[in-house]
Amino acid sequence: MSHVALRGVTRVYPGKTPVHALGPLDLELAQGEFFAVVGPSGCGKSTLLDVMAGLASPSSGEVRFEGKKVDGVPDGIGVVFQEDASFPWLTVHDNIAFGLRRRGAAEAEVAAQVGYAIEFMGLKEFAHAYPAQLSGGMRQRVCIARTLVLKPRLILLDEPFGALDQQTRLLMGDELLRLWRETGATILLITHSLDEAAMLADRVGVMSARPGRFLELIATGWPRSRDSTIVASESFGRLTSRIWTLLRGESLRAMGHG
Amino acid sequence: MKVSLVRWMVIVGAVGLLEILCRLGVIPNFTVIPPSAMAQSLWKILASGKFSHDIAATLVNVGIAIVSAMIAGVALGTALHGWPAARRTLDPLFATYYAVPMYAFYPLLIVIFGLGDFPQVAIGFLLAVMAVIINTLNGLDRVPAVLLKTARVHGLGFIQEAFHIRLPYAAPYVFTGFKLAVAYSFIGVIGAEFITSSRGIGYEISFAYNNFDNPVMYAMILFILLLVITVNMSLHAWEKRLLSRRRRA
Amino acid sequence: MKWRDPLILVFLIFVLWEALYLLVGDVALRSPATTVHNLGNLLNDPRFLPHINETAIAFAQGFAIAVVVGLLIGVPLGAARFAGEVAEPILVAIYSIPKVTLYPVILLVFGIGMPAKVAFGAIHGIVPISIFAMNAVRNINPTHLRTARAMRMSWLALTLKILIPAALPEIVSGIRVGFSLALIGTLLGEMFGSQRGLGHLLMQAMSLHNIERILALTLLLVVFAAGVNALLLALDRRLHARA
Repeated sequence: MSHVALRGVTRVYPGKTPVHALGPLDLELAQGEFFAVVGPSGCGKSTLLDVMAGLASPSSGEVRFEGKKVDGVPDGIGVVFQEDASFPWLTVHDNIAFGLRRRGAAEAEVAAQVGYAIEFMGLKEFAHAYPAQLSGGMRQRVCIARTLVLKPRLILLDEPFGALDQQTRLLMGDELLRLWRETGATILLITHSLDEAAMLADRVGVMSARPGRFLELIATGWPRSRDSTIVASESFGRLTSRIWTLLRGESLRAMGHG
Repeated sequence: MKVSLVRWMVIVGAVGLLEILCRLGVIPNFTVIPPSAMAQSLWKILASGKFSHDIAATLVNVGIAIVSAMIAGVALGTALHGWPAARRTLDPLFATYYAVPMYAFYPLLIVIFGLGDFPQVAIGFLLAVMAVIINTLNGLDRVPAVLLKTARVHGLGFIQEAFHIRLPYAAPYVFTGFKLAVAYSFIGVIGAEFITSSRGIGYEISFAYNNFDNPVMYAMILFILLLVITVNMSLHAWEKRLLSRRRRA
Repeated sequence: MKWRDPLILVFLIFVLWEALYLLVGDVALRSPATTVHNLGNLLNDPRFLPHINETAIAFAQGFAIAVVVGLLIGVPLGAARFAGEVAEPILVAIYSIPKVTLYPVILLVFGIGMPAKVAFGAIHGIVPISIFAMNAVRNINPTHLRTARAMRMSWLALTLKILIPAALPEIVSGIRVGFSLALIGTLLGEMFGSQRGLGHLLMQAMSLHNIERILALTLLLVVFAAGVNALLLALDRRLHARA
C-alpha cells in the first residue's frame, strides 16, 4: 500500500469564471520516498500541497494518507510553507516547542525533544533569540525544526528555500537530505528550481502549466546517501536537461506564449 | 543637539516663563498661580492625605473602566472578526463613534442610575471600549495567512487558534488599543466627575474653583497632568520593550 | 457610497432603543417615536432658537480658530523636521490629557460666557488638527519636491500644485477629527459655567429630571455630530482614494 495516494484529484476555484487550478492528477508515493515537484509558475503546485495536506478539499477525486481518506489535516503530516511561519512573539526554543506543548506533552519531554531538534538543525546558539533577530534561512530552519519535533511521517515543503541565495540553498538541501535519512519520513518538496529537484529527489514530478497535471515522473536513481556534490556529475546534467526539455514548453505556455 | 534634550529645554523653558510671569504679576494670582506654588500646594495636600479618598475613588473608577473596556473590547473585537457580516453592518458605527459627544449621554445615565460611581465609569468605559475593539480588529486582520495554515496543520481548534496564534500576533495592536483605553478612561471618568459628581479628583477641582481656592484647584490640576503624563510615558516605554523583540534588528 | 448598511445599523439602533424602553419604562426612558416628536416640538419652539444659536456661534468660532491655529502650528512643524520631532511627543501628551481639567483655567482667564466656550472648543480642536497637519506635511514625498525644483517651479506654483494637493487628504482627516472634538469641547464648556446653549439646556434638564428633554437634546446632538462626520468621512475617503 502506498503511503500517499492521489486519484483523479482536481481543484476548481468557484466564482463567476471558475478557475481550474489543478488536475486531474494521479500520484502514488511510497513510504520513505523523497519526491520533488517542479513546474512553471501558477501551475498549481501550492494547490497540490494544500490538497495533500488536507488544507483544501479536492473538487473531485480523493486523497488517501496511510490508507485513510484525507479530510482535514490528518495526524502525522508536517508542512513547511514558503512564507516565514515562525511566531515572532516566541523565542526559537518556544517556537519549536509549540506543537508539543499544544499536545500537552510534559515539560521534561518537551525539553528533551526540542533540545534534540535544536542541535540537529544547528540552532543551539540562537535558542533564546527571537525570529526577528535571525536571517531568513535561520527562520526557515526554525520552522523545519518545529515540524520535525512532532515526528511527522509525511513532510510537505512548499518552496521552503525560495527566499535564500543559491549557496545557502545548496547547504539547506544537504540538511534536508540529512533530515530525511534520520527520520525516514516520506518527503514531498515543491520547488521551481530544476537543480534542487534533480539533486534532492528519488523521483521528480514535472508539472504542466495550469491546470497542473504530471507530464512525467522521472526516477533519478540516486543513492540514499547523496549530498550536494552530485551536482558535478554527468548524470545530473542529463537529468536537469531532460527536466528542462519537458518544462520549457510549459513555462512558455504559462507565460502566455506558445 | 539631541531631540529629547531640546524637548526638555522647551518644557522647562515654558514652565520657567510661566513662573516668572506669575511672580512678576504680569499674570495675576487670581488667574494663575506660579508653578512652584502649585507644586507646594500639591505636596501639602498629598502629605496631609486630605484628598486621598477622592484620589482613590477616581483611580479605582478609572481602573474599572480600563479593565472592563479591555476585556469587553478584546472579546467583542475577536467575536466581530469571526462574524464579517455583523462587522460590515457596524462599520459606520466605528467610523462615527468618536464624533458623537459621549458626555451628552451622561445626564441620561445619571437620571437612570443616580449619582453614584456607575455613570462615570460607564462614560469612561464607553469611550475606551471602541478604541480597543477597533485596534483588536486591526491586529487580527493582519495575521498572516501562513500562520493560520500552520494552526490548522497543528490541529488547533477555533479557540486555541485565537488564544495561541491570532491574539499573540495581534498583541502590539491590542496594546495600542490599551494605551488609548487608558487615555480615554481618564478623560471619561474625570470629565464626568467634573460635570457633576459627589467625589473624586474632578469633583474637588470643580469645588475648589467654585470656592475661589486657586492653590487647591491648581494643585489638583497639576496632579492630574503629572499622573496622566507619567502613565502614558510608562506605557510608551513598556510598549517599546515589548516590541523590540519583534522588530527586525 | 453604499447606503444599505448604515440604514440597517440606524434601524437596529432604533429597534434596540425601543426594546430598552419597553423594558425600563417611562421612569427612565422615552420611546424613539416620542423623542423624535418632542424634538420636533422643541425645534419649533421660539424660546429654543437662541440656545441653538448660542451653541452654533460658539462652535463655529471655536472650530475656525482651531483650524487656523492648528494649521499654523502643524504645517511649520511638519516642514522643519527637527522642530517636529521635538514637538510631537508634547502634542501627543496634550492630546491625552483630560482637557476638561483645564477648563477652570480657561474660565479664570476668559471669564464665564462665550469667549470661554469658544476657547474650550478651540483647544479641543487645535491639537488633532496640528498633529495631522504636521504628519501631512512631513510625509510629502521628497521626490515631488525634487521634481518641482528640477522643473524650476516658483514657490507659489510649488505650494499650489504640489504641496497642497499632497498634504490635503491628511489635513482633511485632521479637520474632520478636529470638528468632532471642537463640538465636544464647546458642548462640554456649556455643560458648566454657562447660562445659555445646548449644553446648558442639557444640564438644566438633568437637574429637573426632564427625561423627555434630555433624550430630545441628546438625539439632536448625536444626529448632528454623526451626520456631519459621515459627510466629512466621505470627503476624507474620496481624497485618500485619489491620492
